[in-house]
Amino acid sequence: MKNNKTNSRRKFLNKGLKVGLITAIGGIGLTKLASKLSAQTENNSSEKVELMTTDGTIIQVDSSEVMEMDNSKKHEEYNVRKGIPNRKFVMVIDLAKCKNALKCQTACNKHHYITGDNAWLKVYKMQESQDTAPYWMPTTCMHCDHPACVTVCPVDATFKRKDGLVLIDNERCIGCRFCMAACPYSTRVFNWSEPNQGEITMNMEMEHKTSNSSVEHAGLPSIKGTVDKCDFCPHAIKENELPHCVSACPNGVFYFGDKYEDTVTNGDETLRFSKLLKDKAGYRIMEGLGTEPSVYYLPPTDRLVNFEDGLKDYNEFQSVEKPE
Amino acid sequence: MKNYDKLISDLVPKKFGKLGVIWTSSLLVIIIIGIVAYIDQLIKGQVVTNMRDYALWGIYISNFVFFVATSFVGSVTVAILRLTHNEWRAPIVRIAEIITLASIVMAGITIMIDMARPDRLLNLFIHARLQSPITWDVIIIPTSIAISFLLLYFPLIPDLAILKDHFKDESPFLSKWYGKLSLNWTGSKAQKAIQTKSIQIIALMIIPISLILQTVDAWLFSTTYRIGWDSTNMGAYFISGAFVAGIGALITVIYVVRRVYKLENYITEFHFDKLGKLLVLACLTYLYFNINEYLIPVFTAKKGELEHLDVLFTGHYAILFWLVIIGGLIIPSIILLFKKGRKPLPMFIIGLAVVIASWWKRYLIVTPTLLHPFMPIQGVPESWHHYFPSIHEWLITIATLAMALLIITMLVRYLPVIPIQKTADEQELLKNVKNTKS
Repeated sequence: MKNNKTNSRRKFLNKGLKVGLITAIGGIGLTKLASKLSAQTENNSSEKVELMTTDGTIIQVDSSEVMEMDNSKKHEEYNVRKGIPNRKFVMVIDLAKCKNALKCQTACNKHHYITGDNAWLKVYKMQESQDTAPYWMPTTCMHCDHPACVTVCPVDATFKRKDGLVLIDNERCIGCRFCMAACPYSTRVFNWSEPNQGEITMNMEMEHKTSNSSVEHAGLPSIKGTVDKCDFCPHAIKENELPHCVSACPNGVFYFGDKYEDTVTNGDETLRFSKLLKDKAGYRIMEGLGTEPSVYYLPPTDRLVNFEDGLKDYNEFQSVEKPE
Repeated sequence: MKNYDKLISDLVPKKFGKLGVIWTSSLLVIIIIGIVAYIDQLIKGQVVTNMRDYALWGIYISNFVFFVATSFVGSVTVAILRLTHNEWRAPIVRIAEIITLASIVMAGITIMIDMARPDRLLNLFIHARLQSPITWDVIIIPTSIAISFLLLYFPLIPDLAILKDHFKDESPFLSKWYGKLSLNWTGSKAQKAIQTKSIQIIALMIIPISLILQTVDAWLFSTTYRIGWDSTNMGAYFISGAFVAGIGALITVIYVVRRVYKLENYITEFHFDKLGKLLVLACLTYLYFNINEYLIPVFTAKKGELEHLDVLFTGHYAILFWLVIIGGLIIPSIILLFKKGRKPLPMFIIGLAVVIASWWKRYLIVTPTLLHPFMPIQGVPESWHHYFPSIHEWLITIATLAMALLIITMLVRYLPVIPIQKTADEQELLKNVKNTKS
């Protein structure tokens, strides 16, 4: 009997142990299963993502394993004073193609709601000396890398961004006009009176306040007693569109692009920026001043257009059409 | 003692006569008209001026430069003459200090008139950037105002105590205020020691500060690329020009105050003679820098420079330019070289001519340069190719000049224009010297 007793106790212990083990394993298994299930519902797929390792081999990773890192979001965050990261915007203006069609100016005036008497974009009638050939020269803000205007601004209202743009915070500008005196390209214009941009002002203000990207309209709407100028259309750049003057030009005069990517485009053709400058002897206006402009010019050689053709559109005393 | 009483009754501030009342009220009317014009400018924007995108600065700025220049007189007469032991300065320093304070205060106000957004004035402090010459101005102008005030106030304290006693019966109200401002001055040895030391320190401080002030003012222009401004000559050019404007203003004001207050016994022909010599020195120095500024660029004849100089020498601004140079510098220098030219009346006329020429000189520094930018002026209305101040600009500018004159008038009315205590001390001193000699 004594033997039996001990046997039954052993059996009991044995069974108990086994049951315990099974429940423990089952429990762990169940929780694992459950967690997997829940994970799958979260990621909704077991898609593979291809990634390149630092030594250049392509590996496949389950998309659920790919995690967003904290600083990646910071990287993309757009700061109006810093600009679009890792870009350096440049413009090339081919003087050989310009025949003063003024579509650039009209488009610029329209899209920036310019109501003053001085356009942001001018097409100058140029002739260096009596014996040299006349030509048409569109000018925008040069978005200098050493901008004289930014240096003299007492309140940091005009600033230089890392992506190359020189912009104006017209809610900070005190209207001293020192930047206008400093700019050798005479590119800046002043709102001497109330800009009266009409309903547009209201719409723009709405946009300005509701969307986070109000910074895109850095200088808009215009404000009485502050400075304005060509802004390289950051609102268009952000949508991967070309500035209005570039897309409006019927003759493909303006090329816009990114110096880091070494490409510029006028909408029809996309060219290597460095090669274009090299092949066509690109230059910048008043290089000697050391302002380092972001706008390059190609000399007016081998012109397909007659200079005289542009004369009919030339108006020495007007750059902004007034609604009658 | 009798002499002392006469001295006080001669030198204490006196009530305005009929002429004084007319003068002050016309200044007030001019100022009120100017304020109305300024309010209109605030409402409509700077479109009421004739400044535009090319002539982006106008007489507001040139008037500002003029005020800054005139404020230099305090530094010259008070500090420099003090350090060089020119004892004859005694009766004229107070007026110089008054002119300095009035001009520098008005300079601060004028530069704000030019600001299109005066409502954002605080941005200059909140978002200040040290690299901008305007920030340098924001620092140096209040400093100059404070130092100029102290330079006027410290030597005034003993006189205020004298006035307190003098007006005890005549006007208890005035007496009370003089008493408060005299800071319990008793003339004790300890007080005198502190006062002398303080004046010495302020007189030393005002020299570098006013040199910086003039130079910063010049740098507002020479830190740009513009032809006519982009010159290393500018700092010294402005300092010497300020020398001229300041002394010119001083002579003019002294002449008027001397006549109105009948101070012929205190400000004598000797003082005018000395001031005349100082003005010749100033004019010749300024002429030297003008030659540097206008003649040397002709030598290399760079295209832009030549175009700019042509406008001044023979072009649109020629008449004004030569009037300023010949009438405001060369002729005064020649007349002042003769002893007869340094008599009070001719000096007054010359002083006036020099001041007016100094004002227009600033206009000639600011305007023509702006109308000759590097890029051609195209695509703007025809009127933008020229600049002449609008009615608003004139009214406001004349009002600022009137305000400066009003500040001078009020200070002359309520303060002794010739230091009483100091004059008394000196006369005492003279007597003692005579006594010991005889």
